[in-house]
Amino acid sequence: MTEPGRLPKWVDYGLLPALNLLAALLLAGGIIRLMGESPVAALKLLADGAGGSPESIGYTLYYATNFIFTGLAVAVAYHAGLFNIGAEGQAYIGGLGTGLVCLAVGHWPFWIVLPLAILAGAAGGAAWAFVPAWLQARRGSHIVITTIMFNFIASALMTYLLVNVLIRPGQQSPETREFAAASFMPVLPFFGAPLNLAFVVALGVAALVWIFIWRTRWGYAWRVAGANPSAAVYAGIHPDRVTLGAMLLSGALAGLLGLNELMGAQHRILLDFPGGAGFVGIAVALMGRNHPVGIVASAILFGALVQGGSQLSFDMPRVNRDMVVVIQGLVILFCGALEHMFRAPLVAWYRRRLEQSNPQSAIRNPQS
Amino acid sequence: METYTLVVLLLAATIRVATPLLLAALGGLFSERAGVIALGLEGMMLGAAFAAAAVSAASGSAWLGLGAGIGTAVLLALVIAVAGVTFRGNQVVAAMAVNIMVAGLGPSLALAWFDLGGQTPQLNDAAQRFRELVWPGAEAARHTPLPGLLYAELLSGHSVIVYLAFALVPAAAWVLYRSRFGLRLRAVGENPSAVDTAGLSVTGLRYQAVVLSGVLCGVAGAYLSTAASSGFVRDMTAGKGYLALAALVFGNWRPWRTLGACLLFAFTDALATRLQGVPLPLVGVIPVQFVLALPYVLTVLLLAGFVGRAVAPAAIGQPYEKER
Repeated sequence: MTEPGRLPKWVDYGLLPALNLLAALLLAGGIIRLMGESPVAALKLLADGAGGSPESIGYTLYYATNFIFTGLAVAVAYHAGLFNIGAEGQAYIGGLGTGLVCLAVGHWPFWIVLPLAILAGAAGGAAWAFVPAWLQARRGSHIVITTIMFNFIASALMTYLLVNVLIRPGQQSPETREFAAASFMPVLPFFGAPLNLAFVVALGVAALVWIFIWRTRWGYAWRVAGANPSAAVYAGIHPDRVTLGAMLLSGALAGLLGLNELMGAQHRILLDFPGGAGFVGIAVALMGRNHPVGIVASAILFGALVQGGSQLSFDMPRVNRDMVVVIQGLVILFCGALEHMFRAPLVAWYRRRLEQSNPQSAIRNPQS
Repeated sequence: METYTLVVLLLAATIRVATPLLLAALGGLFSERAGVIALGLEGMMLGAAFAAAAVSAASGSAWLGLGAGIGTAVLLALVIAVAGVTFRGNQVVAAMAVNIMVAGLGPSLALAWFDLGGQTPQLNDAAQRFRELVWPGAEAARHTPLPGLLYAELLSGHSVIVYLAFALVPAAAWVLYRSRFGLRLRAVGENPSAVDTAGLSVTGLRYQAVVLSGVLCGVAGAYLSTAASSGFVRDMTAGKGYLALAALVFGNWRPWRTLGACLLFAFTDALATRLQGVPLPLVGVIPVQFVLALPYVLTVLLLAGFVGRAVAPAAIGQPYEKER
């Protein structure tokens, strides 16, 4: 990760993501025009659908909760120099853990079920991340490939379990029975939507991740190993342990998605409940610059896109919900893969500005 | 006799399932051998499947559809190349961006243009699809003893793309190991600075490789929507691009072994379809999901070095920064 130059924080965390988002939205607008609809009207409908009423805000934040978990998962691995594409599968298996707790002991008092469900979700996600992590650390298998493979294996496993083992007897669709009502996540008042306590849990987890990454020795070691693995070895850091630790935490974070989606909304385990949130997590982490504050903000933005997008498809029948997926892809493209495209000109612009206001720095750099 | 017919039909299904995998995997082979991660096979294939079906439906010509499919996949390949090679961005991120974007774009455009709930119209006209070619005497041979059925089902009765895909394996092997271009391609994936020192353009070679992978994914996508089925449906690749990548890794980045991996994976797929709910001697009914997950499990085991050893090109995924 070579930094072509230094930028002040407001540019790095504010202007740059805003420019990236703008580019993505402009392209998406062009596509909507291609479909024969007005991009401006579409944007208005989108914004209104995402934040026009307490209920729509509730839905936006409910979707955002899933994305906070998966975004944090991708970011934690990224800080340690790992690219975790497996958040989807980890969320799937983590949700299995959460769901099994609710099925088994859901009738117990909620404040006993909740910690158990959190532990089981984290354990499931971490377990699913462990194998690729171990293979990368000990056998040198490429973690990107193995985590993708594990997404498919998770999907096959869950289909098998839901179709053959966990299915409610006498029912056609592959779902479990409903959890006991005592284990439902309390819905947050005022919004009247599936927005539930899991959102608060997600914010708390984001804060914990911030403390962990920037205020603990472990977090520091992970960041060193991620930025410069050979320097880390000289500093007495074991890259293998970092890989294992970071992937376990990453998987555990993704595994918490079931708290919101299963305990909070669906109240049963069903097929494909992560619904692509693991991949949205990549966009969220990239756009949030892998910082918990940025991740919460961009998760809310993506939640708004999903919620606004479903509203949009009602009002504009030629535009469907898949348009939101296009925007997600474009955001990943501009924030992640093309980050240097905007970054390099910005660095040049900022340096020129510095030189104009402060001739001293121009002397240090006589060519320009 | 009954079992014999079953086995032949199973093998014929294997060939049909293997075709898109093989095309995409050979495309990925060129890309990865040049040092660019081929994670975008899925998106390029899906984009091509949509474009081929859409253009074929509109124009009434499967060949025009194929051209549109190739054009679309090349365009997507160029997006990956611009982000990952020119701007030296993360190749994994660039490829995932394309995959996700296309997953949404296909159904979106299909809905806006054809108003059929995210699909393209059914390709009913004979010219809109690639039909099975029936070899001379195949129908008569079908009813003769053993070799007749083999001839009718395995050799005859596939679309032209199937024969193309299999013919491409020796061609790819020749290009990679016997041509000057192939030598340079392999060099740029192993040691780009050596190639640069020799006065060749690392960027140019990587662009050629990625575009080549786009061309092959374009054919693969067109096969899915205009030969194997009659039209584009949402998420029609269903992970075939990732499976092709797995086959390429399983084939140790070599053309002939990749063919073997594609046939193996396709065979498990065809077998899974056949075995659905059929009890086997000794083991009983095997859950179809286990058979479907087998290629992924095998690839992970291979990557881990438990079955053989996979050696990736040395410079894979690393953006090349020219020394000044």
